[in-house]
Amino acid sequence: MGNTGPKDMKASLGLRAGLLSLLIFVAIVGIWQIATMPTAGTGPAMDPEYAKLVGAAAATGSKSAMPTPADIGATIWHHLLDPFYIRGSNDKGIGIQLAYSLGRVLLGFGLAALVAVPLGFLIGMSPLVYRALDPFIQILKPVSPLAWMPLALYTIKDSAISSIFVIFICSVWPMLINTAFGVGSVRKEWLNVARTLEVGPFRTAFKVILPAAAPTIMTGMRISVGIAWLVIVAAEMLVGGTGIGYFVWNEWNNLSIANIVTAILLIGLVGLALDQGLAYLAKLVTYPE
Amino acid sequence: MEHRPLISVEGLARRFGDASQPAVFEDIWFGVDKGEFCCLIGHSGCGKTTILNVLAGLDSPSEGAVIVDNREIDGPSLDRAVIFQGHALLPWLTVMGNISFAVSSRWPSWDRAKVQDHARRFIDLVGLKGAENKRPAQLSGGMKQRVGIARALSIQPKMLLMDEPFSALDALTRGMLQDEVLRICADTNQTVFMITHDVDEAILLADKIVLMTNGPGAKIAEIVVNTMPRNERHRNDLHKHPQYYAIRNHLVEFLVNRSRAFDQEIAEAGYDPRRLKLVKPGLAAVNPPAEVVPLRHSS
Repeated sequence: MGNTGPKDMKASLGLRAGLLSLLIFVAIVGIWQIATMPTAGTGPAMDPEYAKLVGAAAATGSKSAMPTPADIGATIWHHLLDPFYIRGSNDKGIGIQLAYSLGRVLLGFGLAALVAVPLGFLIGMSPLVYRALDPFIQILKPVSPLAWMPLALYTIKDSAISSIFVIFICSVWPMLINTAFGVGSVRKEWLNVARTLEVGPFRTAFKVILPAAAPTIMTGMRISVGIAWLVIVAAEMLVGGTGIGYFVWNEWNNLSIANIVTAILLIGLVGLALDQGLAYLAKLVTYPE
Repeated sequence: MEHRPLISVEGLARRFGDASQPAVFEDIWFGVDKGEFCCLIGHSGCGKTTILNVLAGLDSPSEGAVIVDNREIDGPSLDRAVIFQGHALLPWLTVMGNISFAVSSRWPSWDRAKVQDHARRFIDLVGLKGAENKRPAQLSGGMKQRVGIARALSIQPKMLLMDEPFSALDALTRGMLQDEVLRICADTNQTVFMITHDVDEAILLADKIVLMTNGPGAKIAEIVVNTMPRNERHRNDLHKHPQYYAIRNHLVEFLVNRSRAFDQEIAEAGYDPRRLKLVKPGLAAVNPPAEVVPLRHSS
């Protein structure tokens, strides 16, 4: 019912969906608030050593270590006020940490694109190369990129470059496979047009095959950047030093749940921005048939 | 030296798979003269499109050769433009982009302005002025095929090869495009080889209609000369022309009966694939053979 309605029906659907989202948000925050409400009265007496360890508030029993939504709000506000400060190697603004992670992802992803797109072209155009490389791709593709980390650390001997390598290795597969598929499935009639016009192989590659395969290649890039953004957090937890993954792990050691929740939200937002950015680029190269 | 037509198909055969497989068609001999409009007519599956692809250089024959301008073809050429059945426009390019792509392939040294000027001339020729910046998805089927025609003509080829170019169009659009192709070909004295299975289309457009039997092992049965002069062929009153029904009946009779049973026919009457019968059913209608004396002269 109503799925073929006029424009105002669609607008009202958007409005209703927005209201529902708001409702769900309020419900989550409400339940959260109730769950983290300070319990009245004084708790049982506690070993002072343990009290020191878990923090004063938790020790008194009046408040759990789990922050309330208001605490989170305050923390987010605090981070947004000054996201780019640097106070020593272990105390950098959350914006700086995100920038480190984003830089690694874009570098690793960019290098992967430089390798995957030309190689995918070759695989897509040559059945020989396709068959020759297929076993390698099939075996390496399902390997968790983090499994490469020790190997990278041993050979590269640099933790920062190793995490970029891990991003590279996880981004390469979707782009490689999608490029090969897109190039291999270019319509025969378009290639025949190029042939009857005596278009040379390079011009055919750039003027016919590349635009024809571009939407599929962009889909591969979108998948790659999504995976890269998932992997960078884990990789930075392993190698440490800088980055949003390190930030999360560091705040876990500080038992600052509010900072972790803030980081989770920001990781989600940046991931969304990356995905939407590539979706926009994909839209630019997509053609209706 | 004997006269050789512009396109000379000599002993063509095509097999898919190894030599033990039966040929789709074999021992195909015919020619198309310069300025001639030649239609190949036959049922689906007899290898018409394969013959056209061989002429285009997109496919190679198992036996025989095609000689164009006294040279054996060994691949596609800008001299032989193809109008594809499914128009084959590049969907990410505009109308102008599609035609410019062809023009700049023909004349790589031309600058952008010159390429576009040239392309615009052919967009105007097929009546698509104003649609230059549209993408194929925004065009109707007829308009898409017009772009395909403009693209083929824009490279000013020595001949046009058309593979059932109008078969996907509705009757009204088809008729309009047929008229335009007729006009453009007459204006430019273009040599055309076209595949069709539409008898009326063949009579309207072709000077010469090559009849192909059913596959496998399809052959050219005979060549029907369209004796209706070009300037007397008009789509709207084609059926009033005195020769029309004679030619039409001959073609329909071939497609319905003879294309299937041609092997029996040649077993009785003999057949030389290199010296095909030239049939003129239209003339028989207007100049009855001498022995058939009309009644009014009898007294």
